[in-house]
Amino acid sequence: MNSRSLDVYRQNGGYEAIKKVLDSMSPDDVINEVKKSALRGRGGAGFPTGMKWSFVPKDSPKPKYVVCNADESEPGTFKDRYLMERDPHMLIEGILIAAYALGAKTNYIYTRGEYKYLIDIMDVALDEARAAGLLGDKILGTDFSSEIYTHTGAGAYICGEETALLSSLEGMRGHPRMKPPFPAVSGLYAAPTVVNNVETLTAVPDIIKMGGEAYQKLGTEKSGGTKLWSVSGHVDRPGVYELPMGYDDMENFIMEDCGGIANGKQLKAVIPGGSSVYIMRADQIIGKDVRMDYEGLVGGGSMVGSGGFIVMDETVDIFESTKNLTEFYKHESCGWCTPCREGTDWLVKIFKRIENGGGRPEDAQLLLDLCDNIEGKSFCPLGDAAAWPIQSAVKRFPEDFEKHLVNSA
Amino acid sequence: MSQQPINIQPLSQPVQMPDEIATFSPEVEAEIDRHLAKYPVMRSAILPLMFIVQRERGYLDPPGVSYLAKRLNLRITDIWEVATFYSMLHLKPIGKYHIQVCKTLSCKLLGADKITKYCAERLGIKVGETTADGRFSLSEVECLGSCGTAPMFQINFDYHENLTQEKVAQILDSLP
Repeated sequence: MNSRSLDVYRQNGGYEAIKKVLDSMSPDDVINEVKKSALRGRGGAGFPTGMKWSFVPKDSPKPKYVVCNADESEPGTFKDRYLMERDPHMLIEGILIAAYALGAKTNYIYTRGEYKYLIDIMDVALDEARAAGLLGDKILGTDFSSEIYTHTGAGAYICGEETALLSSLEGMRGHPRMKPPFPAVSGLYAAPTVVNNVETLTAVPDIIKMGGEAYQKLGTEKSGGTKLWSVSGHVDRPGVYELPMGYDDMENFIMEDCGGIANGKQLKAVIPGGSSVYIMRADQIIGKDVRMDYEGLVGGGSMVGSGGFIVMDETVDIFESTKNLTEFYKHESCGWCTPCREGTDWLVKIFKRIENGGGRPEDAQLLLDLCDNIEGKSFCPLGDAAAWPIQSAVKRFPEDFEKHLVNSA
Repeated sequence: MSQQPINIQPLSQPVQMPDEIATFSPEVEAEIDRHLAKYPVMRSAILPLMFIVQRERGYLDPPGVSYLAKRLNLRITDIWEVATFYSMLHLKPIGKYHIQVCKTLSCKLLGADKITKYCAERLGIKVGETTADGRFSLSEVECLGSCGTAPMFQINFDYHENLTQEKVAQILDSLP
């Protein structure tokens, strides 16, 4: 695939942005441009990127680090994989611009261990860039020097959480850390660190080239630019779709752009932001003009999250799909805090008891109570991520739960 | 009321490092050096080095673990502490081909269960087992980021996507 090569990237304007930055912009100019772009973190939390960068203390005597979060593990999400597979140099350029803005001499790309082939692709691209004077010492003949290294995870969803990622990168178990201090102040090796998602960093070269304001105008005022949506499940054309933020109709996206529901079936439910967000009923989508950006999806009853659409047709039992996701969170709970470790275990036990014919009418409420004891009470957001799919499923698809409770009672 | 004194047994002998420590070829040692050079703190290289030991020795066996401790200037328990956290690190022998069927929602919606069942029947093992000849191990794993090309499995590090029974048969037959 030649889009991976340095030559093809450069023929299409590649590394023009870092040249522009080094020729004519100060680190503050770069941060301001990113602020103007209204780019928000594409990993799931949606935090404004320019603001995150501005939290790094300029006068710190410690080295600074940019860490790219390529630990893509949110069920239903596979966009970072496409970016790294097809455009590794765009990611390298984005990291270099961030490194320049923050004064980082060493940067890491933390990739989930299962994506080993992507680490290999990135290593080839990094070698190409190094040989061409685009990486390492005196980049493009200037005084700016910065190095990027790949790093492998080894199978742990929690390492997508930025402080857990840093623990893992330091060679520890991937346990999250207390915030504050935030990584911008005390991150990798207790030094100022910015952790950004792959999609966030690959947006940066275009922001520099077209200007922050023009990039923002591709999207909406508060959600600048474009967003990649990973679409999976029962649609005719699954895949990765790039849309402007604020694309005005989620129904149209699923029914037209993605080819509609496969095999002529009816839409039943959509999880629009990776498995951790609220599940939506078809009647929350059809005819509702749900706008696809951070505010629009909250208004529609869910969240952008990582932008992973899991589409389910009428044949799906939401009790079963929710059980499947609960097993995921139980498996991936890191064990650090009690509400999440014990809570996810109990949730799975209850789901299994119901499945095995031991359902009781009060179980729907029991699940909600248990979720209430996890949500907001766990050390990191994994607890919330485990609770939200269940809370929304029990409330929005009560018939699918009651069926199991009545049948087995 | 008198309490029974608690009887604390001293360790009968001090904990010792296993005698055998793994050794590697100069090429592998050079590869390890390249990883160590990436980080200001040696311990950061623990995961990349574990994958190398695993690749060379089949799994993180006691001599391999001792090697890691020595090379990274850590205690054996530090190595075990990390190794037991991550799902891709193996503390027991594993088949030459490790079939990892994704079981998470997007794959499940499109028939992951059937793929697992077919693999199990064909290989004559259950999920979590290894064939008697040590050739295949079968696991169910959580989301591998192939949701748009479901169902899928990974054999060792290789992705196989849009699976059907026929395709699975073909893939398994073509393995050397």
